[in-house]
Amino acid sequence: MTKTNEKSGIIVAGIIIGVIAASLVAFGNPANMGFCIACFIRDTAGGLGLHSAAPVQYVRPEIIGIILGSFLAAALTKEFAPRGGSSPMTRLTLGFFAMIGCLMFLGCPFRTVLRLAGGDLNALFGLAGFVVGILCGVFFLSKGYSLKRTYKLPAVEGTVMPVIAAVLLILLACVPALLHFSEEGAGPGAKHAPLLLALAAGLIVGILAQKTRLCMVGGVRDAVLFREYKLILGFLAILVSALAMNLIMTAATSGTYFRLGFAEQPVAHTDGLWNALGMMLAGFSCVLLGGCPLRQLVLSGEGNTDSAVTIIGLVLGAAFAHNFGLASSGAGPTANGKIAVIIGLVVVCCIACLNTFRGKE
Amino acid sequence: MKKIDARGLSCPEPVILTRNALASGDSSYEIIVDNNASKENVTRFAEHQGYKVQIAEENGEFTLSLQK
Repeated sequence: MTKTNEKSGIIVAGIIIGVIAASLVAFGNPANMGFCIACFIRDTAGGLGLHSAAPVQYVRPEIIGIILGSFLAAALTKEFAPRGGSSPMTRLTLGFFAMIGCLMFLGCPFRTVLRLAGGDLNALFGLAGFVVGILCGVFFLSKGYSLKRTYKLPAVEGTVMPVIAAVLLILLACVPALLHFSEEGAGPGAKHAPLLLALAAGLIVGILAQKTRLCMVGGVRDAVLFREYKLILGFLAILVSALAMNLIMTAATSGTYFRLGFAEQPVAHTDGLWNALGMMLAGFSCVLLGGCPLRQLVLSGEGNTDSAVTIIGLVLGAAFAHNFGLASSGAGPTANGKIAVIIGLVVVCCIACLNTFRGKE
Repeated sequence: MKKIDARGLSCPEPVILTRNALASGDSSYEIIVDNNASKENVTRFAEHQGYKVQIAEENGEFTLSLQK
């Protein structure tokens, strides 16, 4: 693919993803949350009973769809390549703390864009922290940070994550009695688009993200490191298209999908400092992982077991966040959450140092 | 010709290794990667730096020959 084709490809993909994300809200997802990989992994952890926060329990078909969409796209174009072995436990830890950071802010990098597109100015603090976190990671990358190489693995190993996604889909569609669901009106977990629609949305986003390598962290990272703007164009395309859709839907329907300001934004709080620090932790962790939570889902569909382990880390982080009161709510951050974010920044900084400045082995 | 083995590494590491190697200012390099994303990213970066890139594939590994 030529450079121009790559760029127009990711812009078109970003526009489609922005439209899908905004539409999912109209079909029932929580406001400014057409997609949020962190929130949806958190809801899925709740749906499986890994935490007992009643407002956030629902096995999200979007997550299943992204993994399966990426798997299908990769399998059809011979890009399915089972591999792993690049510091899995370190990745699990980074995934854990990326989630702690995201749940301080109440959103992943993807939702940061969608919150901005909905007029939520608190996301500007999140975005600022996110960029600072990425810059921290870029510093270590340019000094030689590495989690060392991956190795080829048997096909069966690479298919475990797609199979888990398929099993979750079967449980959700056929034996929902086994799963936990937020009760109507209980919170974000109770708000969701119809199953098939959400699954289709996830599949399309999974396919597009696999083909274009879309990554929110990669966008800022590559722009800073290499003055390479392909990935950040995808990020901007999602912002512009979701914003346009929100404005159109607000004008054309009785709903409000865009409200500019800080106060009373949906599933958000107004503590600027902790919004920034939360996303700083998420950005820093994700650069060290090589990609944002969306990219980890996509890579796991391509057979990358390091990304699959990272997702387990994200799930663990979500479960801990709600079992130990670390996650923020609309009322603001918690004291436990602040302590966890500070611990996270220290741990992630140690991981960065230990994997950058180690002696020749 | 300088050779860089970036097999098993995922982006951005192969691009960073390439960037660091290109600082020596030689006219030709050979870089081996083993996934499509790295192949695309290294190719894009090298072309941006004014190199012509030829790609040879064998058993899922790509040898990128950079010439100025």
